[in-house]
Amino acid sequence: MAMSSSAETAAARRRGRSGWLLSTPALVLLLLGAAGPLLVVLAFSLLSKGEYGGVALPVSGQAWFEIFFQRDIFDGTISPAKAHLAIFWRSVWLSLATTLITFVLGLPTAWFIATRPERQRALWLFLITIPFWTNLLIRTFAIMEVIRNEGLLNTTLIAMGAIDQPLQILFTDWATLIGMAYVYLPLMVLPLYAAIDRFDMRLLEAGYDLYASRWRLLRRVILPIVRPGIVAGCILVFIPSLGAYVTPRVLGGGTNMMVGNFIELQFGQARNWPLGASLSMALLIIVMVALLVYVRASAREGRDG
Amino acid sequence: MAEPRPFSVTRLPGFTAIAITAFVALYLPIITIVVFSFNALSSMSQWGGFSLHWYREAWANDTVQEATIRSLLIATVAALVSTVVATLAALGTTRQGRFRGRTAIYALINQPLMVPEIVTAVSLLIVFGAIRQATGYQGLGYLMLAHSAFCVPFAYLPIRARLEGMDRTLELAAADLYATPLQAFRRITLPLLMPGIAAGAMLAFVISLDDVVITEFVKSAGQDTLATYMLGQFRRTLTPEVNAISTALLALTLVLLTGFFLITRKRA
Amino acid sequence: MRTLLLTAGLAALATGAAAQDRQLQLYNWGDYTSPELIQKFEQETGIDVTITDYDSNDTALAKVQAGGHGFDLVVPSANYVPIWVEQGLIQKLDQSRLPNFKNIAPEWVDVDWDPGRRFTIPWQWGTTGVAVNTSVYSGDINTSNIFLDPPEELRGKINVVPEMNDIVSLAIMNVGGEPCTEDLDILRQVRDKLMNAKPFWLSMDYDSEAKLSANDIMAAATWNGPSMRARLNNPPVAYGYPKEGYPLWMDSVALLSDAQHVDEAYEFLNFIMAPENAALISNYARYANGIAGSEEFMDPEMRDAPEIVIPEESKAAGVFLPTCPSSAVELYSRIWTELQS
Repeated sequence: MAMSSSAETAAARRRGRSGWLLSTPALVLLLLGAAGPLLVVLAFSLLSKGEYGGVALPVSGQAWFEIFFQRDIFDGTISPAKAHLAIFWRSVWLSLATTLITFVLGLPTAWFIATRPERQRALWLFLITIPFWTNLLIRTFAIMEVIRNEGLLNTTLIAMGAIDQPLQILFTDWATLIGMAYVYLPLMVLPLYAAIDRFDMRLLEAGYDLYASRWRLLRRVILPIVRPGIVAGCILVFIPSLGAYVTPRVLGGGTNMMVGNFIELQFGQARNWPLGASLSMALLIIVMVALLVYVRASAREGRDG
Repeated sequence: MAEPRPFSVTRLPGFTAIAITAFVALYLPIITIVVFSFNALSSMSQWGGFSLHWYREAWANDTVQEATIRSLLIATVAALVSTVVATLAALGTTRQGRFRGRTAIYALINQPLMVPEIVTAVSLLIVFGAIRQATGYQGLGYLMLAHSAFCVPFAYLPIRARLEGMDRTLELAAADLYATPLQAFRRITLPLLMPGIAAGAMLAFVISLDDVVITEFVKSAGQDTLATYMLGQFRRTLTPEVNAISTALLALTLVLLTGFFLITRKRA
Repeated sequence: MRTLLLTAGLAALATGAAAQDRQLQLYNWGDYTSPELIQKFEQETGIDVTITDYDSNDTALAKVQAGGHGFDLVVPSANYVPIWVEQGLIQKLDQSRLPNFKNIAPEWVDVDWDPGRRFTIPWQWGTTGVAVNTSVYSGDINTSNIFLDPPEELRGKINVVPEMNDIVSLAIMNVGGEPCTEDLDILRQVRDKLMNAKPFWLSMDYDSEAKLSANDIMAAATWNGPSMRARLNNPPVAYGYPKEGYPLWMDSVALLSDAQHVDEAYEFLNFIMAPENAALISNYARYANGIAGSEEFMDPEMRDAPEIVIPEESKAAGVFLPTCPSSAVELYSRIWTELQS
């Protein structure tokens, strides 16, 4: 008996050690190629800007100050940095709107797939997955071809006589919004489907007897039960939207920047590396907060269920 | 009133219509791209008859060829490296019971899924720029390292899922029969784990092939991949050559995905 | 299949390595390098040329400054050349290795920004003005108000190139100042003018040609080259020389200090100073170059193109952009940052 228990603790120790040992190559790779460099960005955000790019001493909080405030070029007065806040605001509202659109489209789609006969479901699911794994650029390019002035949408509308001048969508916020909704829709559908799939349809019958109206059924029975899927889908769409770079760059035309593009600008044309670094950290903080809210929400979900 | 199925309660007003709209909206743009890749004209909106002209054009384009080889090379290395380290990590985190620091390992492995790509991209731009200057090494190693790193979670997840669903009886039986742990791993665990590993490798390959943002920031002179080449093309007068490249890439992704589905389905 | 891919990849790497000793990395503005020129150069010399694009002087400067870029040649504008020299980013040229140096037109040899051409050789020169699709707007196009105070028809359909010096200089001259001014009153007007105009701009991107050709935009503050290229695709596009004043500029090729293919770079520099090759550059990008005798090799439509041959009445308004003192540049870049964000 004594022998076996000491063998057990030895085994536990061995497990811990070999757990770390086996994970080491992955951890080293990630530290070198992903996590470690983030610390350098943090350090850069606390330095001063070099004259022609790069960073210079002294250590300074200027870059963080610049995110929120600006000193007027002419009279030196300090005011909130409206331009930066506008970019953050655009990123947030576009991301929220993207989340909302993908939800409105995604819930019925997921529902539709989940209520197909067993054998068909895999196929429908596959159809959702294909665009998801298709190169982001290809999808952005595809949507650009649809919304441009002489693209599919405008030529169809003109041919139908609905409009006589092409709608200017490309290079506006609307283009970015349509593009992001298009690109991220599968990210919403997949977790929603997973949640609905677990849902016992017999509950609907009971609910139908109780509530009669399908809308109330949706609100009172379905939505609460698929809530974990909703939360997961929203977070999966919201976070990449917030950090989007390719879609606003290709569809936004350089004037309707989101945070991702503004960060790039600091490392390129604007040559203000510390500001770029502090903006990156600010974006990271917002994302972490969103994730934290998600973890909280799903933990509460776990307790309730 | 003809109700097609007994559980009509699952039909919610308008849901089917919205779902069909969503599918059409998802596929129409992609189909347009594919169709116009076969256009005889150089227009992206006027149809001038079927032709393989733009495929020949893309194929004859040196830059496209080089970018394709580079993309495939980087994706192969990234898939191999990330799958190997992810397999080890999956064995380390699922087979060893709970141990101190496991959550930290999870967090680090999943880090590329949580941090916005643009933030990783600028951090690598800074760090690799400094390393380049210090060492003088300019090769593809930087891109391979970056790709291998962000592919890890994608390789890790299917492997871990497979491991968790695996029956341990066979391994225990092997141990009872005095197989060494290494023998048991090679003869029993690895073959059982293979579908998960293959699925992970395919996902990693597709993810690497897909990447634009990190590659755009990390690449140095003459290191365009197919994706960054296309990003550059968007600033020019576009020709269906871009459609042809897109369609080819789409076909490759489709083949890999079908493989992925067949593999994971066998498991079920 | 994996091994197959891998061997293919390794083979590619190996051939890549073999080609490495005869290659050249050119870092140039987007839509600026003639593929025909590159093809001819590659055929004659066996050197493999790779071109990477940038969209503004500041982007190029930032990228090279960051280090580890791997480029050999870069093409900065005249007013940026002194910065590149001062920062030690480009190296002095050994003119004895450039027999074609004698072909540089005399007026482009002893230039202010690089006296005696010790660091750079000419690539192309041109003007910054406005391109307008005249099927939409038929008013006077020889004014920078096209993008600074746009007429009704063009609002929301304008692209502005993201090149700080060109755009700020156009705005300074629009309110009656001179390039490089540090007069705060004038600069305040400049900022207000630009900020008020920005809501009427659709995009800020360098690809005016593609956008004008596809009718994605109806006007642009841009260079003469894209304007002419767009006209060849889309005839109603016309180029205007702002009467308030417009910039003249020249972009020149420079050899980077940490270039790894110096011999190949010299071969290229010499190659592009041969008149028939310089003409290829112009035929593609649709700008004039600084090589004497190249005109006779140019396409006939270049010789009297209104985008290239500045009309008599517009000549006086052109100002060759000088290199501004860094105090002025600092003010401009702050205005520019406000404008871009």
